[in-house]
Amino acid sequence: MKDDVILRTITKFMLPFIQIFAFYTLAHGEISPGGGFQAGVIFGSSFILIALVFGKKEARSKMPRSVNDVLISTGDFIYAFTGLFCIFAGGFFLEYGELPFHSAKEGNHIGMIIIELGVAITVAAVMMTIFFEIAGKEDD
Amino acid sequence: MIAVDFLLLLLLVIIAVAAISAKDILTSIMLLGSYSLVIAMEWVLLNAVDVAFTEAAVGAGISTILMIAVLTRVPRFEKEMTEQKHFFDLFNRSELLALATVVITGILLISGTWDMPAFGDPNSPANSYLSPEYIARSYPETGSHNIVTAVLASYRGYDTLGETTVVFTAAICLILLIRSYKNNER
Repeated sequence: MKDDVILRTITKFMLPFIQIFAFYTLAHGEISPGGGFQAGVIFGSSFILIALVFGKKEARSKMPRSVNDVLISTGDFIYAFTGLFCIFAGGFFLEYGELPFHSAKEGNHIGMIIIELGVAITVAAVMMTIFFEIAGKEDD
Repeated sequence: MIAVDFLLLLLLVIIAVAAISAKDILTSIMLLGSYSLVIAMEWVLLNAVDVAFTEAAVGAGISTILMIAVLTRVPRFEKEMTEQKHFFDLFNRSELLALATVVITGILLISGTWDMPAFGDPNSPANSYLSPEYIARSYPETGSHNIVTAVLASYRGYDTLGETTVVFTAAICLILLIRSYKNNER
């Protein structure tokens, strides 16, 4: 598909919208449908789209394998560390209200956004990994 | 509303049968993608928009692409049946066993639904104890307008951590198995 002008142009045009929509889904998870998992899937699929249209090499140059591998564990680490931090702050595991912000409500709010971010990072990186490891015989 | 439900469910059955009977696996994958999209519409009708969003993004979007990715490594067409089977030996023994298992499991599952409360029953246990609690408490306690997000991220935080770890483990297994296999291949 590398030579199709229509596909290449539309993909270049659509990519920023897809990625911004992923961030929108993540940020608005608390007031509208969506959340970390969906945002991660959408963000990961934007890189899969690059791989489908421009080839795996091009996609790997934008998201190198080493960065991708680190991101897989980063998201899960952010989630678990937020939980641990709540213990250090004097609460139970994942009791966001104890996070050091002005009030318990604000702690809850920010804690949930942080763990959603963690979920999104892990899911996006995992989706990319699954695609890049499984697909394609030609290049790697 | 019931007509729309009926139409969508009928469409689901048609798509499922078509996906099973297609000889071209690419066709089957595409049909499964549209199956997910129809289910997502059904979720929207049931007011489960979060589930619909996930179904549309994961079921119709990314899992279709991942299955096509698998297709780059396996043959695209199903093997043709060489001899025309007679109707009476249409089922051999293992197929009969599979059929019996599926039928028995189906009967058990359907008999399990007889005890469930009717759909949307306001007096069912879930609707009379649990849901009002969440509706009343989730915003003051978590500051999240979306109750689904409040339940997923706050009340069921352990569960979501476990889910994220499962996804993480899947990727680690894939790296360990397939990447090392590919490296040895070369």
